[in-house]
Parts: sequence; structure tokens; C-alpha cells
Amino acid sequence: MDGIHDMGGMHGFGKVEPEPDEPVFHAPWEGRTLALNRAMGYTGIWTIDQTRFGIERLPPDVYLTSSYYRKWAVRLENLVVELGLAGADEIKAGHALRPGKTLKRKLTAADVPNTLSRGSFSRPAKTSARFKAGDRVRTRNIHPETHTRLPRYAREKVGVVEAIRGCHVFPDTAALGKGDDPQWLYTVLFDGRELWGENSDPSLKISIEAFEPYLEPA
Amino acid sequence: MQLRVRALETVLAEKGYIDPAALDVIIEAYETKVGPHNGARVVAKAWSDPAFKRALLEDGSKAVASLGLLNRVGDHLIAVENTPKQHNMIVCTLCSCYPWEVLGLPPVWYKSAPYRSRAVNDPRGVLADFGVTLPAGTDLRVWDSTAETRFIVLPMRPPGTEGWSEEKLASLVTRDCMIGTGLPKSAKEVA
Repeated sequence: MDGIHDMGGMHGFGKVEPEPDEPVFHAPWEGRTLALNRAMGYTGIWTIDQTRFGIERLPPDVYLTSSYYRKWAVRLENLVVELGLAGADEIKAGHALRPGKTLKRKLTAADVPNTLSRGSFSRPAKTSARFKAGDRVRTRNIHPETHTRLPRYAREKVGVVEAIRGCHVFPDTAALGKGDDPQWLYTVLFDGRELWGENSDPSLKISIEAFEPYLEPA
Repeated sequence: MQLRVRALETVLAEKGYIDPAALDVIIEAYETKVGPHNGARVVAKAWSDPAFKRALLEDGSKAVASLGLLNRVGDHLIAVENTPKQHNMIVCTLCSCYPWEVLGLPPVWYKSAPYRSRAVNDPRGVLADFGVTLPAGTDLRVWDSTAETRFIVLPMRPPGTEGWSEEKLASLVTRDCMIGTGLPKSAKEVA
């Protein structure tokens, strides 16, 4: 979706402000929020792309004025209600008012060390890759109202395939809970001037990780 | 937010979806075990061991797994090498994708609108915000993490560190130099 989350190249957000000696969490609820999201993800009730889409659908004013973990907490409330895992009345009450659903699995403390790293998003390919390294490609001019990983700044631009990264879960489909729909993934390299015009820094190159449905031959 | 998150946790626990004890272990791991010290060891090893460096640049996940720093290394880790000709910088313009296993959780600035908006069209300006100026003639390459591939920058080994142990080399490696918004410490800063 063409949402506020798609920030690449926007102006007006000001300077980057690194925080010296930044703590891992700024308050205990931030850690709880991260861990809650991880534990709910472990149940297999949603994909990582459904959770990303959950953040993207926050109203723009909420998105811009919420801290990172506040966005995660609000997104989690929204998703559990949307998927019927808990009622808004229960979240408001702070207690379960009805029994829960049966989920595939539940994260225990003993399992945590084995779940800290990410799983694999590679999937067996059903077709051969359409492009190879060195091919010139043009990104498509798409504006789906649902989740996509093709950023606005890199649509309808000509670049070069730098590497094939294998066949991966396709976020645009997985975000809708409609399965993996595996697609070939490429690193596509653009000249800064192709993306930002003739006044761009001539020594700048930018790459995106682009799924095959985003690309056509150029 | 403290009360709001506690209410949500209570509901999800009472529903039987989560075990609060597992949450404690996750938080402890991110506060103590997972962090940029792991990435620093990877970089120090690559600086000292040419065969490991080749393996790292060829298949980041496999090479990092071989060090045994972590229980399991996720797939799709890609190491990108800084050279006198090219400086690399990592961003996720769409959300906050970051190589958690080797760098830990991302800092607030990495997830902020200023960084995500400007890294792709004004990376030299971003570097200036960090007090970094690259030598003239260095090209800039920005990697937007728009899929499940994850990137770590392999910075250039600082001069004057010949014969240093891996452990001492690791002390030069900052989190930011593995994102590309910083450079390693100089030999003088550590010696």
C-alpha cells in the first residue's frame, strides 16, 4: 500500500539523532511488547508479512507519533481482535472473558533459545529464474492497496540485476494469509540519477531486493 | 503503555496463547546474549583469516554459523565489503529489517523516519549527522533491505593493527561501522 511507512526519499524529517549509550529497551513494557509479538508469532497464527501489513495499516498520524514499540503493541491488539483470538472487550477489561482458541503451538521458556534466529524464507522453485545477473530490468508501476515490498521510489525505474538470491516466500501474497506463493528474488542495482534525477550525487548507487513479479525486461 | 501492555499480556496468557515465563527468557536473551559483540567477532575473524573472509563474502549465513556464536543462524545473511573505492550503508526504508542475530535489536535512529527517508537519497548527509566524512573518491552504495535478505557491512581494517589478536581487533568494531553509518575505531583509540 502507498502508506506513510514507505519513507524512502521523503523530505522534511530532519536530522538523524543517534542516542549515546542507548539501552536495549527504554522501558520494561517495550521488552514485554517485543517478546509478546515473538511468542504470538511462534503460534503460527500469522506470517511476518501479515504483521508488517498490520503496522502499515495504522493511521498515518498514529504511525508518525508512536514510538516503535508502541506501534508493535497497538498492531498486536488489532491483529488479535481481527483474527478473533480475543475480543476488544477482553483487552479493555484486561482479562479473558471467554475461553481461547486452540493454536498450533505455544512457546515455552525451554524452546526460546532455539527460536531466537529467523527461519528460512527459501522455497523450492517451480520455474526457472526469468532474469540473470547483468540483465537490465524495469520495475513495474504498481500501486496495490495491500502489502508490497516494492518501495515507491523504485517503481518504474531501470536497474541492473546484480544477484539472484533464490526463490522466496512472496510477501505480497503471504501478507494476505494466502500462502507462500514462492517467487524468485533479485538484488537490483540503480544509479542514483535514475531514482533522484540529474542533481543526484553521481557517486551514489542504491539496491533493492526485488521479487520477480516486480520486474520486467528493459 | 505499561498498563496497556500488561493488560494485553494477561488476556493472551489467560487465553492460553502465551507463557509469560517464555517472555522473560526472550527479553533476557536480547538484553544479554544477542548484540553487536557477535558481529564484531565476525568482522575481527574476517580481518585475520583470509579463508574465513572469502567464505563470509560468499555465504554469510554459513560462515557465521561456522563460528558457533549462536544456536542457529537464520538464512539469507549477506556480508558486503567496504573498499577504498566503495562504502556500503544498510537501511530498511519500509520498516526496520536489520541483521538481529549478529547486531542485536536495531537502535531507535535506525527505525526512525529521518534515517529511513534520507539514507537512500542523501547518505552523505546522513553520514555527516554521524560525524563521518568519507575520503574524496569513495563511491556510496546503499542496500535497502526490502526482502528477508539481511546485510552486514564488513568495514576496512584500520591501519596500525598488524599482528593484533582477534579479540583486540573486535574491540575496534562498533555497531555503526557494521551498518555503514560509522567507521571502526582507530588503533590509537583502543591501544
